[in-house]
Amino acid sequence: MTARPFTPTGIRFANIEKRYGSLYALRRVSLEIRPGEFVAFAGRNGSGKTTLLRIAARLVRASSGSLSFEGQSGEMTDSVSRTGFVAHSTMAYDELTAEENLLLFARLQGIADPRARAAALLKEVGLSERRNSLVRTFSRGMRQRVAIARALLNEPSVLLLDEPATGLDPEGITWLAHTLRRMRDPGRTILMSVHGESEISALATRAVRLDAGSVVADTRAGSDMHAILTFASA
Amino acid sequence: MAILGETTVLLGKELRTEFRSRELLMTTVVFILVIVVLFSFTFDPSASESRRFGPGLLWLSFLFAASLMLQPCFLREQTNDTLSALRLSVRDPFSIFLAKLSANTLFLLLTEVLMLPVFAVLYNVHILAVFLQLVLVLFLGSLGVAIPGTAFSAISSQARMRELMLPLLLLPLLTPVLIASTEATGALLDANPVLRADWLGFLAGFDVVFLTALWLFGEYLLEE
Repeated sequence: MTARPFTPTGIRFANIEKRYGSLYALRRVSLEIRPGEFVAFAGRNGSGKTTLLRIAARLVRASSGSLSFEGQSGEMTDSVSRTGFVAHSTMAYDELTAEENLLLFARLQGIADPRARAAALLKEVGLSERRNSLVRTFSRGMRQRVAIARALLNEPSVLLLDEPATGLDPEGITWLAHTLRRMRDPGRTILMSVHGESEISALATRAVRLDAGSVVADTRAGSDMHAILTFASA
Repeated sequence: MAILGETTVLLGKELRTEFRSRELLMTTVVFILVIVVLFSFTFDPSASESRRFGPGLLWLSFLFAASLMLQPCFLREQTNDTLSALRLSVRDPFSIFLAKLSANTLFLLLTEVLMLPVFAVLYNVHILAVFLQLVLVLFLGSLGVAIPGTAFSAISSQARMRELMLPLLLLPLLTPVLIASTEATGALLDANPVLRADWLGFLAGFDVVFLTALWLFGEYLLEE
């Protein structure tokens, strides 16, 4: 598959807070993500991982604080249009086929040759033979592959993944790890929430632990990363 | 131009998913049919009574059916969080509304046109001579229902007691549409049929005002 050029992009979260009434989902989160960094967010359920990723995707507006995307030299970039997002749910239409789902989002994103791009991604995620099957007939793992293919449609410079291994079998997890390595190596920035250590979290170059909406640990050191990630699974 | 392209793509998706599942159309057609038939059997109206009460009954059944049809409009985007995928993909979020309200208008209009002959037979009214004028009234009335209906569907899909919320918000707001559509339809079904430009103008004005409001504030309705 031919890769489109992208701008290496950093992300700056500055004092981000998110409140739902009196409940704090995030409390003054400040993080500087360097261009090309692969960050694994660990933490218990309700610690704020999903909210932080959805704020980064601009699906949720922060109650206060600021979010900015920056190129390597510090200039602001238009990264919103080149952000791929994989959520808990599949973000795919059950009543459309795998190919129709990808064509729909490719056309909306203004991709030059949507049919060729959809075909290439379906091949990459191993769904070429089922491209004309309705998504509602797919297993959870196959749906997750459609979700990942959709997130990769526009060759994003920033990839946001909310527990992307959900529903994948061991073979699927190996495939996902291979795909993420291929996305990471050219310098894409990847933010991913995880539960515990796995083949996928091992790709991360930085681990951040959230607890009750606050950053309580942040490291780039391998041994500390292990401690952060295993705590999450405890 | 981007908004037109996005709306066309999204409208294609709306039509494809509906014609594949046929959930909304079937439910709405059956609902209207049941109301129209039950009223006909209950009151057994004469031709003059039909001309007097028929249009109101017809539009009331359209309105209740619309509140049923509009309910899943945004709700089914939540099942797999597809609304988030759309928000991440479109340049102008108004295109999401534009596609949905176009599809809703189309589905409503189709249902209404299908129901007109049934209504004509059961209520002994002549519609053939004024069919095109009736379709114009139906179109403007359906658009008047679909524009605020689509907006309130987006609001209620994120609320608790959403099944109750949509009709509670929508039906009072649609009273002017109900009155104007009923009056315009009644004038066409009269012994001396006439196309009432004043009521048509009122419906067109209502549509423009609410479409503008949706264009200005619609984006906020999509936020989590």
